[in-house]
Amino acid sequence: MTAPVLEVDDLRVQLRTPRGTAHVVNGLSYSVGPGETVAVVGESGSGKSVSVLALLGLLPQRVATVSGRALLQGEDLLSMPPERLRQVRGPGAGMVFQDPMTSLNPVLTVGRQIVEGLRAHADVNAAAARRRAAELLGEVGLPDPERALDRYPHELSGGMRQRVVIAIALSNSPALLIADEATTALDVTVQAQIIDLVERLQTDHGTGVIWITHDLGVVAGIADRVLVMYGGRCVEDGTVDDVLERPAHPYTRGLLGSLPDLAAPVGPGGEVPDLTTVPGLPPPPTDLPAGCVFWPRCPVRGDARCETEQPPLVQVGSGRSGHFGRELPHRAATWCSEEVR
Amino acid sequence: MTGQPLPEPAPSPTATDAGIPSTQRAARPRWRETLGLLARNPAAAVSGALLLLIVLVAVFDEALAPTGPNEISVEDRLQPPSLEHPFGTDDLGRDIFSRVILGAAVSLRVGFLAVAVALVIGSLIGLLAGFYGRWVDDVLMRIMDMLFAFPAVLLAIAVLAVRGPGSGNTALAIGIVYIPVFARVTRASVLGVREEVYVRASRSVGASDLRLLTRHVLPNAAPPIIVQTSISLAFAVLAEAALSFLGLGTQPPNPSWGLMLAEGRGFIDIAWWLAFFPGMAIFLTVLCFNLLGDGLRDVLDPRQRTLMAGGAR
Repeated sequence: MTAPVLEVDDLRVQLRTPRGTAHVVNGLSYSVGPGETVAVVGESGSGKSVSVLALLGLLPQRVATVSGRALLQGEDLLSMPPERLRQVRGPGAGMVFQDPMTSLNPVLTVGRQIVEGLRAHADVNAAAARRRAAELLGEVGLPDPERALDRYPHELSGGMRQRVVIAIALSNSPALLIADEATTALDVTVQAQIIDLVERLQTDHGTGVIWITHDLGVVAGIADRVLVMYGGRCVEDGTVDDVLERPAHPYTRGLLGSLPDLAAPVGPGGEVPDLTTVPGLPPPPTDLPAGCVFWPRCPVRGDARCETEQPPLVQVGSGRSGHFGRELPHRAATWCSEEVR
Repeated sequence: MTGQPLPEPAPSPTATDAGIPSTQRAARPRWRETLGLLARNPAAAVSGALLLLIVLVAVFDEALAPTGPNEISVEDRLQPPSLEHPFGTDDLGRDIFSRVILGAAVSLRVGFLAVAVALVIGSLIGLLAGFYGRWVDDVLMRIMDMLFAFPAVLLAIAVLAVRGPGSGNTALAIGIVYIPVFARVTRASVLGVREEVYVRASRSVGASDLRLLTRHVLPNAAPPIIVQTSISLAFAVLAEAALSFLGLGTQPPNPSWGLMLAEGRGFIDIAWWLAFFPGMAIFLTVLCFNLLGDGLRDVLDPRQRTLMAGGAR
């Protein structure tokens, strides 16, 4: 059994807001193995982004309180001294942000921004760093990388910029790559190219990947495992097959039901079945419900404890041992998994 | 790219064989490009040329002035502009043209020195306060507020009273007065830039605070600071005039534009040229600083730069 790249245990994040303390992440535990892709899915505001920003200490300290443990290759990110954390950012974990329009500095050329990441960690001279930067741009499939180095971000298209961002994240061959909605801002063809690119690099370097998205199509394409977040908690996790084919949590069912199904039977008059939705909005993190976080929007509510008692994350169905030599149980946090089935 | 001549043909995608350190390759044409773009903005180009001229005049003042600044000629006093005295003469018969030329050195030196003091100290304070926030921000900005709350002239008088009059001390006094202005402008700009994703992104690859500040935050926060610099240069020239008027800046009989303006005030109804020519000198210098500052701000922004160059997009 290989040691996981990242092991998160009981991660909690609170943000001080004018409306009171927001409990944005509430006891999240998961792990990412080498070469494994874990997709984190959920609606806006479910705590996906905050949970990964917290790992790398990228939340503003003025407002954020982070607790729990997050072992990156055995070292706890959350209790690390700042200088060690700076060294880990890059070679330990690289991050790709959502919007390539804003995640590059507009006043620096692409080359200088890649070189910056390289030289922050290794004592390389400018010429060697530049050669390496051109190599990286070639690796991520940017045409004419040598010339692209002298370009400013605004001279590149969205897809090209996102490749640059990925090149920067990969510049120090990180053990863990965190992609925070990395393809959400891109159109579908570019999205597919980026996903291919990450998968290829992952195979080559054995990088563990956390892929945050709310696009279930992407999840099916890229993920080994899925973690469904709601109200700052993991409500269901398991292999892609388990979660997407046999969802146990009413929320996951709702998410999947809101996807258009091209294979769905068409009615006699040619009418297409309506998409189901999950009515309502996620609960405000300043005021989470006492019982199951999903209870106020849940169509099932099949248990007396729903309203009062928080359901634990327990194994459902048949636990299957997945790849990567690890037990990958299918778990869900709901009182109603039997009713859903 | 942006019409920038590439010294060598675009290399093949396997760029690993590039032997020359190509970072240096890009640096020189960029400077030339900046000047070239500046030349395309007529107002900025003319202002720049005029300022260069004014600076040259200030440097070679003694050689250019037809007479000494303090050569008194009582029979020639209060002469209107003529071929012999292009700007006329003052109440002591001194040649105003010569005094304006010699005053340029004093006024510009005080202006540049004062703004240099304010820019360096003020921006540094604003940068640290805006970037680190919390107690750093509180402490630094409350000190700035105290400095700001002092009436500017009183503060300058206090500095000059402690250190004595003279152009160096005048510059220092004016500089201190402007420190909070730069601190506030910089802080406000930094507060916006600090939250940009690219700052967080750069931090996520392990960039140090120093690097974040110098490479990412400061350059992106710079445009308002550049504008503030050009405006402050103008105000500093005027402030020097005010302090000289109060007898705390340049000491008579040495000429400075402000002092001449102040001295000419008493003769404004019988000899307009006493105040007019130093006033025009101040006006032109201030205007040029402002126009050049605007032009520089546009040219130094790579996004504007591409638009202006009509480059490939």
